[in-house]
Amino acid sequence: MTKQQKLIDEFAEKARAVSTKVRVVDAMAEALEYAVTLCRDKEACQVLASGCEHPLSEPAEDLCGLKQWQKLIAAPAMDQKVLDALIPMCREAGIGLIQKGLGGYAGGIDVGLTGADLGISNTGSIVLNCPDEDLRLATMISEVHIAVLRAEDIYADSHDIEAALLALFTDAPDYTAFITGPSRTADIERVLSLGVHGPLEMHVLILGQSEKG
Amino acid sequence: MQTAGNMKDYRKQLVAQLKNGFQRKALDNFAVAYRQGREKNFAGMDRQALVQGIRAAKDDAASRMDELYAQFCRRAEAAGVHVHFAASDHQANEIISRIAEENDCHRIVKSKSMTAEETLLNDFLENRGYEVIETDLGEWIIQLRGEGPSHMVMPAIHLSRNEVSRLFTEVTGKQQDTDIEKLVKVARRELRQRFIRADMGISGANFAIAETGTLGIVSNEGNVRLVTTLPRVHVALVGIDKLVPGIREALQTLKGLPRNATGQAITSYLTWITGANPSAASHSGRKIMHVVFLDNGRRALARDPVFSEALRCVRCGACANVCPVYRLVGGHAYGHIYIGAIGLVLTYFFHGRNRDRQLVQNCLNCQACKDVCIAGIDLPRLIKEVHVLSQGSEDKPVLNSMAAFVLKRRRLFHGLLRSGRYMQKPVTRGTPYMRHLPQVLFRDQDFKALPAISAKPFRDRWDAARHSPPHPEYRVALFSGCLQDFVYPEQLEAGMGLLAGRPVEVTFQSRQGCCGLPLYMLGKREAAADLAAWNISHIDPAEYDFILTFCASCGSHMRENYPFLLEGASGRRVKADQFAAKVIDFSSFMQMVMPDSEPVPAATEKLKAAYHAPCHLCRGLGVSRAPRALLTKFGYEYLPHGEEETCCGLGGTYSFKFPEISAEILDKKLDAVSGTGADLLVTDCPGCVMQLRGGAVRQGRAFAVRHMAEALAGRQT
Repeated sequence: MTKQQKLIDEFAEKARAVSTKVRVVDAMAEALEYAVTLCRDKEACQVLASGCEHPLSEPAEDLCGLKQWQKLIAAPAMDQKVLDALIPMCREAGIGLIQKGLGGYAGGIDVGLTGADLGISNTGSIVLNCPDEDLRLATMISEVHIAVLRAEDIYADSHDIEAALLALFTDAPDYTAFITGPSRTADIERVLSLGVHGPLEMHVLILGQSEKG
Repeated sequence: MQTAGNMKDYRKQLVAQLKNGFQRKALDNFAVAYRQGREKNFAGMDRQALVQGIRAAKDDAASRMDELYAQFCRRAEAAGVHVHFAASDHQANEIISRIAEENDCHRIVKSKSMTAEETLLNDFLENRGYEVIETDLGEWIIQLRGEGPSHMVMPAIHLSRNEVSRLFTEVTGKQQDTDIEKLVKVARRELRQRFIRADMGISGANFAIAETGTLGIVSNEGNVRLVTTLPRVHVALVGIDKLVPGIREALQTLKGLPRNATGQAITSYLTWITGANPSAASHSGRKIMHVVFLDNGRRALARDPVFSEALRCVRCGACANVCPVYRLVGGHAYGHIYIGAIGLVLTYFFHGRNRDRQLVQNCLNCQACKDVCIAGIDLPRLIKEVHVLSQGSEDKPVLNSMAAFVLKRRRLFHGLLRSGRYMQKPVTRGTPYMRHLPQVLFRDQDFKALPAISAKPFRDRWDAARHSPPHPEYRVALFSGCLQDFVYPEQLEAGMGLLAGRPVEVTFQSRQGCCGLPLYMLGKREAAADLAAWNISHIDPAEYDFILTFCASCGSHMRENYPFLLEGASGRRVKADQFAAKVIDFSSFMQMVMPDSEPVPAATEKLKAAYHAPCHLCRGLGVSRAPRALLTKFGYEYLPHGEEETCCGLGGTYSFKFPEISAEILDKKLDAVSGTGADLLVTDCPGCVMQLRGGAVRQGRAFAVRHMAEALAGRQT
């Protein structure tokens, strides 16, 4: 087994242990297909407006009106090449695609699609450099966060990426996130619940070696 | 939040918490689950090395706090951050209030910060008319209830889903379900609108990295990210002890913090913020960002020879998770604002002596917190040292001073003990237990049968017990300890019997006194140091290979605390170190030094034995294998149980101060032993024997309680 395969396997094992859904994909097109299909097939109302189905106070109910009742994918900070492929796929599936002004959608977005900068296999974490506020928000207010992680960007341990982090932090201002699984809480009776403030689901698509470079 | 003004009120509060059925059950389940998960959480890691690493890094950072602060300021200010220094809690609150005013902020969302709890920031801002909403689910719940946290990581662990459901019904004006999943979603939606409306976000930070001017914040819920992103102003309130030199030190601590706190390898989110990032809500397009560093005594603490290690704390909450007292009474009675063992220490410095005076005495000295601390803080010692400080000159408890007076005067003390055997006659009625104890001295002590003082102390039996082998291989000084000398001399006699015929020359130096632990436990540091010096001068370590004790508490105190108590005493400190190095407990001596002890012939009846590991043996002296191996070697069927290493509840004088808690801890232990079906409960400390046997006799339990020496005696060929 190659060293990289070992890292991929460990990443998948650790990430799945914290409820991340992991899949290895061969090409970016496959990742886009995955995101669009997931968004198209997901139960719109239930997950989409998480919390809206429950009895709420008046101001909180108003917020549900903020949301456009059309499915949305947010894909900020994506390459033009990727967007060129994604736009027709979304149009065909009847899904709105947004890139900017995510603060206006704080009521919720169906899917946030991002490209991870690095991965850490022994904790199943992705590292996302997101000083861009829209990119940051896509990983916070989306019901489902899908991150594409290139296999060659996976490292074994957080100490292995110290130099990379130093470069990011030195280039201030900077906002960098380690994300490991969906948002979670155990604050009521120590019972684990997913999706308290951030995404209810976290998906990592590991982009294999065939698209290396 | 514990605010009792005197011991009577504090005990009332503790009794009320003991009656809180839901909390008792929740904390008990948690204590067991946490203990079971501990090994798994650090599987494949060198935990000791990690503790050493975190400890060294924190000590280094504390030693150059001002330098790191200056470096952080330079980097952060260059990246557009306003950095403030707050000397006191009040000053921090004023600074934050002024930032809100200057930026015309009215609605504030907060993520969890123990530092903001420390300064009572919410109360301060609300009094000035600001709306402050906690967004961490647990913190929001307790804020709505008007309570403080009952755990540093799980602030609402004392509440049931029913209570949360009732609370949410009140807050939303709609009837709520009791399903936890649904309650969480209601909070998600209710709080999301608060994020959107807010103009200011307040966070804490786990790290302030000097080399880059970066804040590092851990979170599972993701509220930290919304608090630091959606509003146009971000203020971080950070204890100045959170400064670390570089990324490496932060990453190192992160390998231990979540594992120790919640058993996670890493939290869901780790947020690193450097400088004022882009912000759509801000007119300038950039976040208005302020970092307020709080001193509040930390810089002075960093220079303190004893207490500086309190600054190693990474706020994981594990010292509460393993504390047998916390397990029973919860955080509202076991802390003022900071909770658990570290809370007993920090309360004195951050919230004052009056808030800590009762609280700091509520410690069994069982060492479980020291054992679990990921930063290697000697919490039991710091608690004792705060206890010493918290006793002001005007209010020395009469009993403590009397004890110090007597215990320091060996002849007087021993004379009193000798005469005690006559005076106790009316209460023992000829049995080995005290009956009808005088209520004045022994209020609320009837949960266990207290032993009578022996008719003949060990020192008077020594001549009969001694034996001199012709060619001794080991020269050993016996340290008897008061309890075995005057109450349980038969335990020492049994031990001497086991050593008879072996090449060991045992000396009993009759001028030895009390080890001093009881006085240290009462906050009498100087008297304890005097006794340490006395014993070291009468048992010269240079003359012996080992200093043997049958009392785990004496042993642990002599090894751990003698060098510390004689720290500044030139010459004596050297002797104290040499003395400490030679202290050995009976089980280790029998198993490790006398490896050729004869096994029991197969014909011996197979008795079933459960074991109680004295805190001062398993954690204090780090001995765990030897006693269990001895039981098996001497023909017992050893039956393990889940509470083996939990304190018996004696804690020396603790059980006299807090009898209700001591009794509950004892019950839990006895239940676990009964569950094994053992014939015998064996332990290595006369104090534990007193507590366990006293409880077992009073409750008519089906097993007998024996000191290891008694259990082994008579089972050798």
